[in-house]
Amino acid sequence: MASRPELKAPPEIFYNDTEARKYTSSSRIIEIQAKLSERALELLALPDDGVPRLLLDIGCGSGLSGETLSEHGHQWIGLDISQSMLNIAVEREVEGDLLLGDMGQGLGFRPGVIDGAISISAVQWLCNADKSSHEPRLRLKAFFGSLYRCLARGARAVFQVYPESIAQRELILSAAMRAGFAGGVVIDFPHSTKSRKEFLVLTCGPPSIRSELPKGKEGDMESCSDDDSSEDEENQTVCISDRHRPRKKQKITKKGKGREWVLKKKEQMRRKGNVVPPDSKYTARKRKGRF
Amino acid sequence: MRLLTHNMLSSNIKGVTNGFPLRIEVEKAIEKQVDFNPDFLKNMFPKIDWKALLDASRTMGYAELPDETPDSSMLDSDEFLRKFHHALLELHLEEGALVCPETGRKFPVNKGIPNMLLHEDEV
Repeated sequence: MASRPELKAPPEIFYNDTEARKYTSSSRIIEIQAKLSERALELLALPDDGVPRLLLDIGCGSGLSGETLSEHGHQWIGLDISQSMLNIAVEREVEGDLLLGDMGQGLGFRPGVIDGAISISAVQWLCNADKSSHEPRLRLKAFFGSLYRCLARGARAVFQVYPESIAQRELILSAAMRAGFAGGVVIDFPHSTKSRKEFLVLTCGPPSIRSELPKGKEGDMESCSDDDSSEDEENQTVCISDRHRPRKKQKITKKGKGREWVLKKKEQMRRKGNVVPPDSKYTARKRKGRF
Repeated sequence: MRLLTHNMLSSNIKGVTNGFPLRIEVEKAIEKQVDFNPDFLKNMFPKIDWKALLDASRTMGYAELPDETPDSSMLDSDEFLRKFHHALLELHLEEGALVCPETGRKFPVNKGIPNMLLHEDEV
């Protein structure tokens, strides 16, 4: 994936004035960010008593995610490394406080004062070594260590991440565990390539009932067994004898793919999290000829 | 930057054992109206370092806060909560600097954003 911004330049350089403006004026990104932060806030599982909390938004950028926090009435402190992004946040008059800082250098907060932390699409940047002095392991350690210190006991931290590979996810997760966090990864829509989202849900303090991982969102409850089998069929090589088969026999049927096939495809789409019309007696029926 | 954030921030330069509270150097301070929410204040109160808030609000030119660390019974008084609210959430440091109490390192504040980036030898 060459389009990953992490591979282009360090964050403070990649998010320059033009990129920051582009980022914040795209309605698509705004919508995605709002959805992600909404979900992150849900996973944060703050006690439902209507009391505003002091939250931390790591990699707050232009404050798109912070806006969701403000909507829910919370006070927040945002941290970002890109001055341009923060300038836009100031322009947009976000309600939270902003800090220019590098999460890989550790967070300078007093111990135990923050009620929860969210971070949308930011932590994977830590896996890059952009300067000669950068060592991803140490930076992850400094970040998670300082985060653990400043969170109140029992508080949660939710990070939405786009790990490049399994190894990268492992790296992030193991750094978090070493810092003392309990928790793991929650995956929404695991079957979809597009709407698949990964959230790292971490709890501060000893494991308890509260630290139990919430379930990821899925299009449907069914297991992926038949999905796998259909993939296998497609990937199979064609036997030579098949190639010499008369053409006519290769056509499936004259009627088309049939109801069963349509239902199977709809099921697949549902599992990916797409919006699919419900099945009815009209599903996969042919139109009348006179139409 | 509000004093709420100042009250949470400490200097995390390598080797600094007590980076709190950061001293404030004011060039320009402003006030912004914020909705009054007593629940948040009551929830926040135990976490606030009173001495630091008091000093910070004095530096910012607001002298209404009581000298003594208030006990929790004060939290029922609306008058006190209003003052607390004003000091904590409505006073903004717009231009100036934060100074590390141990090393004297300055973190400049521009447009209300403190620059907490550390140099390579401070990490």
